[in-house]
Order: sequence, then C-alpha cells, then structure tokens
Amino acid sequence: MGLISNGTTLLDAGALDSAAGSGAMTLIKTLTASSSANLQFLNGASSVVFDGTYKEYQFHCISIHPASDGEPLTFQVDTGTNTNFNIATTNTFFRARHNEGDTISSLAYVTSYDQAQGTAFIRMNGGVGNAADECCSMILTIYEPANTTFVKHYTFTGSNYQDNSGAEHLFSAGYFNTTTALTRIQFKMGSGNIDSGTIKMYGIT
Amino acid sequence: MAILSNAVEIADAGSFSVNLGSMVLIKTLTASGSANLSFVHGASSVVLDGTYPIYIFKIINCHPSQQGGDGDEFSVNFRDGSTAYDATKTSSFFSAVHGEDGTGGAVAYRTSHDLAQATGFQTLTVDNDADNDVSISGELHLFSPASTTFVKHYLWRGNSVHSSAAAHNSIVAGYCNVTAAIDAVQFKMSAGNIDSGTIKLYGLKDS
Repeated sequence: MGLISNGTTLLDAGALDSAAGSGAMTLIKTLTASSSANLQFLNGASSVVFDGTYKEYQFHCISIHPASDGEPLTFQVDTGTNTNFNIATTNTFFRARHNEGDTISSLAYVTSYDQAQGTAFIRMNGGVGNAADECCSMILTIYEPANTTFVKHYTFTGSNYQDNSGAEHLFSAGYFNTTTALTRIQFKMGSGNIDSGTIKMYGIT
Repeated sequence: MAILSNAVEIADAGSFSVNLGSMVLIKTLTASGSANLSFVHGASSVVLDGTYPIYIFKIINCHPSQQGGDGDEFSVNFRDGSTAYDATKTSSFFSAVHGEDGTGGAVAYRTSHDLAQATGFQTLTVDNDADNDVSISGELHLFSPASTTFVKHYLWRGNSVHSSAAAHNSIVAGYCNVTAAIDAVQFKMSAGNIDSGTIKLYGLKDS
C-alpha cells in the first residue's frame, strides 16, 4: 500500500518513492580511532557494505591525529579474503604548501610519494604533526570497487597540519591495477598508531 | 494531511518534514556504444534548472572506443538557450601524470587543453588509453546553471589512464561566459564513442 501526501507518492512497496527526493549519500559505517594500529572496512563485517551496492564510495577521514610525529596517513585495499593489502597501484601526487613562518610556499609534484605499479600502502600526505592540536582531514573516493572489467580509480584530496608547522594541501589520483573486485580497505599511519580521529564511509547511490 | 509519528511530523503537503539528506540522485545514463550522453532539463525526468544551486555529474568507468593521439579525450559542453552545445567558455587545465614504469611523475599546466572564449567542447582528460580494462572516472560540479545574472562556473577532477600506460589526474575549472541559463549538458569523446560506462546527475539542495 502506497503512502500518498497531497497527490505525491512518498512510500510504496517498502521503499521511498523517487518523487520523495531522498538523499543519495548514505552513511555506511563510522570507525573511531583510539590508539588504533589501523582502521579497516571489510565488506560483510560489522554492517560494512563495500561491493556493487554503490558505484562510488567515499571515506571521510576527520581530524586524524597520529601517535608519532611526522608520520603520514596511508591506505591500501585487498580482494577476496586476502589480508595482505598489497594491490598494485599507479598514481600521481602533488601538493601545495605554506608554513606558518611564511618561509615555504610552493606547488610541486612529489615523486617520492607516488607509486608506479607499487604495492605499498598509499601515502595520503606528508608527515602529520602530533602536537595536541595537530591533525589531518582527507576525503578519499573509490569508484566501482566491485567492477570485474576495469581497473579501480580513486582520488583523494585533503588538508594536513604538517609536522613542520605548516598547511599542506594534497592532491592525488590513481588506480588499482586489478580487475578483481575489492572487498576491504585499511587505513593506518606510516608508523605508530592512529591516536584519535574518525573515518566515515559513505555510499553514493 | 500531515503524517505524525510519536508526535513528530514526518510528512506534510507532499514532502517529508524529516531530513532525507541533501544530495539527490536525479538521473543515471548508461553508455553503450554511445556517441554522447546528454542531460536535458525537462526531458526524461532530468532537472537542470534553479531547483538546485549545485549540480554534480559523477562519471564512473566510462570506456572510450578509440585510443591514440589527442582525438579520444573525454569532453563536455553546455547548452545556453539554443539547441546547440556551444556555450562560450574560458577555463584552466592542469594535470599530474605518472607512468606504470615509474617515469614521468610531474604536474603541469596544459595550454593545449584550456579554453579562452571558445565554444567547442571542454576536454576533461588527455589522450586516453582504450585497452579493455581501462576507463575514466571523476566528477564535474556545475554551479547555479539557471542564473541569468552571473556566468556559470564548473569544476572537474578525475582520473584516467593515459595511452602511455600512466595515471592521469586532471583538474579543470572555468566558466560559461553567458548570462543565459544553462539547460543541458552533453558528454562525449572528442572522437569515437563512449563504449560503456555510467554518468549520474545529482542535485545538492539549497537548504
């Protein structure tokens, strides 16, 4: 039985009608770090959906504070039941920087941060400061992780309080060079724990 | 008639009173050997007017039918009152590239891909590969297309696979230098078809 208000169908057959204009961005899962070695989203576990349900997934990394000074936030993915987190990726990486002392202001490609068919964890920024008020916030988008025809593109951007007391604006994009469906993603610092912070996972309808 | 639950108004006058989120999926188009994919206001349930202040097009795994040279680039154009996709545009284009063999890591401005008061299509990628497993993904923001006072700004950020087997991250921003409303947007490859892929149109609510 449908639910109609003022001639507009709002609910029918157990779902919101498109005329209701429901939101297209769905919060799937929130993970909160507390001296955590890593934060991981695994399809099918703890209410996480990371499959063909959505064509696009976004991970919002909010106020990520490292235990160790100068370590970058990183991520990698894996397929099936594998837990090695070592899928080959090729990506680009450039950034703008400006420090509080006004002695650094630059826009440059960073060859030491990119990967060419590399399998290491993907660096998302320069070193994050670990003083009490220092952190980074990033947004990562992954397109069609469950696609079995194409490589899997991703982009991320974000802002970081660098360990050298400056602002760092990050830009990176690349692809996981596999046609196997991705099933999991893990975030961690280059070394040491994620002292605090939140990562929210969204699916885009 | 209002719908109340536990004394909270859920819906009234044809719309929900509760927050349903601000990002609304308007239309999904799927390519299949398509010469282009077009979103036209008022056609096929597409809304592209003053209903939303910001529109986002999500490009997901668009696969080109051709590769080689500069004739196979993913591109966009805007319609500003006539039936032609030829709005006058001025834009900037820069991109970062990095080869699978580790060569070429660099970011650079691309004078060959920017526009200066041009009416042709705006390229959004550079020299795409067309191997079976490669594609283009990214998103285009279009701001206030229905404004009849201001120019219409757009922003693109996406990733593609360059024909040299490299990741190519392109960033484009510009404006349609018209005060007429933009009422349609068309995507196509600069040569050949969009073999497969999906483009989704979303509206972001004003409030």
